[in-house]
Amino acid sequence: MSDVYLSGKYVGTVEDGEAFASSMREERRRSAISDNVNVFFNAASDEVHIEAAKGRLRRPLIVVRDGRPMLSPDHVDKLTRNELKWSDLIKQGIIEYVDAAEEENALVAFFEEELTPQHTHLELSPLTMFGLITSLVPYANFNSAQKVNTGSKNQKQAIGFYASNYMIRMDMDVNLLHNPQMPVVKSVMHDISEYAKHPAGQNLVVAVMSYKGYNMEDAIIINGGSIGRGMGRGSYYRPMIAEELRYSGGLVDEVCIPSKDVKGFKSEKDYRFLEEDGIIYPESQVKEGDVVIGKTSPPRFLSSMEQYSLSAETRRESSVIMKHGEEGIVDFVLITENSEGNKLVQVKIRDQRIPEVGDKFSSRHGQKGVVGLIVPEADMPFTASGITPDMIFSPHSIPTRMTMAHLIELIAGKTGALSGRHINGTVFDAEPEEMIRKELLSLGFRDNGLETMYNGETGEAFQVGIFVGDMYYLRLKHMVANKIHSRARGPIQLLTRQPTEGRAKEGGLRLGEMEKDTFVAHGAAMLLKERFDADRTIVPVCENCGMVAIYDEFKRRSYCQICGESAISFIEVSYAFKLILDEFKSLVLYPQLKLKTKY
Amino acid sequence: MTANILKELQAILPPGIYAAVVEAMPDKISEAKAKAIVQDIADEYKEMKVEAGESVGLVAAESIGEPGTQMTLDTFHFAGVSEMNVTMGLPRIIEILDGRKNLTTPMMEIYLKKPYSEGQDIKKVALMIRETKLKDIAAEFSINVADNRIEVQLDTGKMKELGINEVALAKALKIGAKGVHVDIKSDMLILKVKAKEGGVSDIFKLKEKAKETFVKGVRGVSQVLPVKKNNEYVILTFGSNMKKVLQIPFVDETRTTTNDVFEIEETLGIEAARQAVIDEVFKVIETQGLNVDIRHLMLVADVMCADGKVKGITRYGVVRDKSSVLARASFETPIKHIINASLYGEVDNLTSVVENVMLNQPVPVGTGLPKLVAKNKK
Repeated sequence: MSDVYLSGKYVGTVEDGEAFASSMREERRRSAISDNVNVFFNAASDEVHIEAAKGRLRRPLIVVRDGRPMLSPDHVDKLTRNELKWSDLIKQGIIEYVDAAEEENALVAFFEEELTPQHTHLELSPLTMFGLITSLVPYANFNSAQKVNTGSKNQKQAIGFYASNYMIRMDMDVNLLHNPQMPVVKSVMHDISEYAKHPAGQNLVVAVMSYKGYNMEDAIIINGGSIGRGMGRGSYYRPMIAEELRYSGGLVDEVCIPSKDVKGFKSEKDYRFLEEDGIIYPESQVKEGDVVIGKTSPPRFLSSMEQYSLSAETRRESSVIMKHGEEGIVDFVLITENSEGNKLVQVKIRDQRIPEVGDKFSSRHGQKGVVGLIVPEADMPFTASGITPDMIFSPHSIPTRMTMAHLIELIAGKTGALSGRHINGTVFDAEPEEMIRKELLSLGFRDNGLETMYNGETGEAFQVGIFVGDMYYLRLKHMVANKIHSRARGPIQLLTRQPTEGRAKEGGLRLGEMEKDTFVAHGAAMLLKERFDADRTIVPVCENCGMVAIYDEFKRRSYCQICGESAISFIEVSYAFKLILDEFKSLVLYPQLKLKTKY
Repeated sequence: MTANILKELQAILPPGIYAAVVEAMPDKISEAKAKAIVQDIADEYKEMKVEAGESVGLVAAESIGEPGTQMTLDTFHFAGVSEMNVTMGLPRIIEILDGRKNLTTPMMEIYLKKPYSEGQDIKKVALMIRETKLKDIAAEFSINVADNRIEVQLDTGKMKELGINEVALAKALKIGAKGVHVDIKSDMLILKVKAKEGGVSDIFKLKEKAKETFVKGVRGVSQVLPVKKNNEYVILTFGSNMKKVLQIPFVDETRTTTNDVFEIEETLGIEAARQAVIDEVFKVIETQGLNVDIRHLMLVADVMCADGKVKGITRYGVVRDKSSVLARASFETPIKHIINASLYGEVDNLTSVVENVMLNQPVPVGTGLPKLVAKNKK
């Protein structure tokens, strides 16, 4: 007697759980019950679980009967001729979706040759074990599993051609690659997903060697000539948005060139790009601090008198300004209305991004690295046939990571480029390496991909063969231009008087608790004090009551609010400490400072 | 003569090093040479001392903390057999330093006296230490509702193996479950509730209680494992009860240990507990293949045991004893500390590091320590 559960709820018992489960499955294959139903027989606890709830992870498999797949070549023919649809195959019980639980009762074969009478299912293709992006990794079955994973993650960060209507779209933070290419070594997923319509990389000539140590620790060397020819070049787009908000009392924002009497008026120079409507004109070159959209807002707080006499003086400046460290060219201006009927102005800023030292590149095998040096083309090593590589990749990146596909792709790419065709590198189903090597040999190159190369500076031949070939490389969206940041002095926070945090606010890099500990461990007490002097203040303290007193700048005298005229000393503390004293006071605690001479 | 010169050293050197020097000093040596040697030793010792103002505690914390980041989290060390695993790695270090009373894997290492340490009756001896409960020797528990009693079918084979006879069992049960009438009929144990008003649910509760009744062995020791270690049989146990184990006659009480610091404190005293803290932490660091100077651990152990009781490095332990309000508040639960400080009118004299960092004053450590004193001319 087996207990039967429907979507986790007990519904009854059956005589033979296993037979019941398989008969349920047969019914499903006959389309007598919904193909969304999955049945799982748990032999250990003698229970049958029928699941029909939504949100289960399921995957399609070919049904196998008596060691023979239900899907015949005839079906495939009909599919290609569009006489049959995927859903028809499911209705006919040829393909079924199996969930995680039912999979426990199934024996699935990878290839048709492996089938035995015990098998219940056949994999559609080994490719189905990968996701869309992972199946774009060529020769992935030669890689360590973890690197296949990172390779697929890297592809998600690659910049490419994301949408053909990019000119009229207003996306946040968009990167566009100027000359994207289809990879020479591709997988069937490139065709299925129509990768040619949105490619995200370029085929580069890669040499595996070191170059003056500038490609240590995964760095890469880039050929300056290749950059000049547009390799890896892209554009970065960012919209600036202004909205005419409506406030209570019929007050509204106004997009315009602010007049001089507006509170917080910048300088004439900052508004120089604005046209009469208060919006910047296209193709103007803007730098940090320039106003992109001029805007004024009504004052924040209205006293009763001002409410009736609204003059321009009380309005305040609220223009959209280029932030610190940003620059670019105005690409496109859009004026619309938002869902609330407010006027909405969007300005797209474009910035050309040429690869520079520190920008990130990656192959499709998780072999990511940053540019370590840009070498003039004349100094790059060259082959006997005069080819200079676009990129030099460090051989030390290979052994521990075991990305064999990286090397295979290099040879395959070379062969493909020389013979002028795409190489099929689909996982588990790729053109074999031996065939590619033979073809490469027939093309007049060494079959192992090595070539004699010459030092670009001295012209001497290298004593060893250099592994050169073609590879599909991705430029990743992490660029130095978006991240570079430094500060010597700059803005502070209003509340604590400590430096601001973060690049956008031109902030400092925090010397945190553990870093502080290292100063203490060294016994560098004075250095530590000096490091934390950023929020140093001199506070008058009443010696009588121990509270912070007042210093009157006009009368040049200090007094205590509690004790009146009393002895007052000036002490040096961090402003943060003065703040916490104030916070104590707001909690009705009395933090008394007891002063005494330090020495 | 050299004895006189050596005496000078005695005042300077710690006893251990002094003894080593006396041992190593040659018998026949000229006075001048002996003096030079003594001088050298005295200088060298002075040189090796930690200088005043060195932040020893912080260096200790960093020296233990930094290798801690390299430690594999949650590693289990298998002590010979797969069913015995012990928490090692960072969780174990945290457990020790926090001074936790309930360990995840309490363990004992029981050394035996001869001839047991040579392997005689080792299985029997091990089983004597293991805690045996009634359910371990029972084949079946059943409730007789009609007669209002519990019938326990005993497993005579197991009982023989464990060396328990019926008389001893009856005796043990009388102590274990009070208010119960115990009757033994060959291999059947009958438990009857003495009080009349025993409902079915009461009997069921009694059954559950009876299952857990202690019969024999050492309470708390749930598993035993005899292991051969350096030509000697040692019993490793899962579960720890130092007090009871040390009372067993065939146990070598001089070497038997547990990994529970608090049990050591209870049975052997605070000095032993201090050593246990050092040993336990060092064991973890050693197995992880890391290198931490033992003096850092000694310092931490000293701090933990300074009050004569083992205290963890937590807000309930060592940190609570800090004199500075601000230092306590900066660690954990600041509101509690500040409110209490205001209630009692506590004064913070700003004598240690954290407070002075908060006020941006020079910390009284290293270069912040020396002060310039000048006479004020009046």
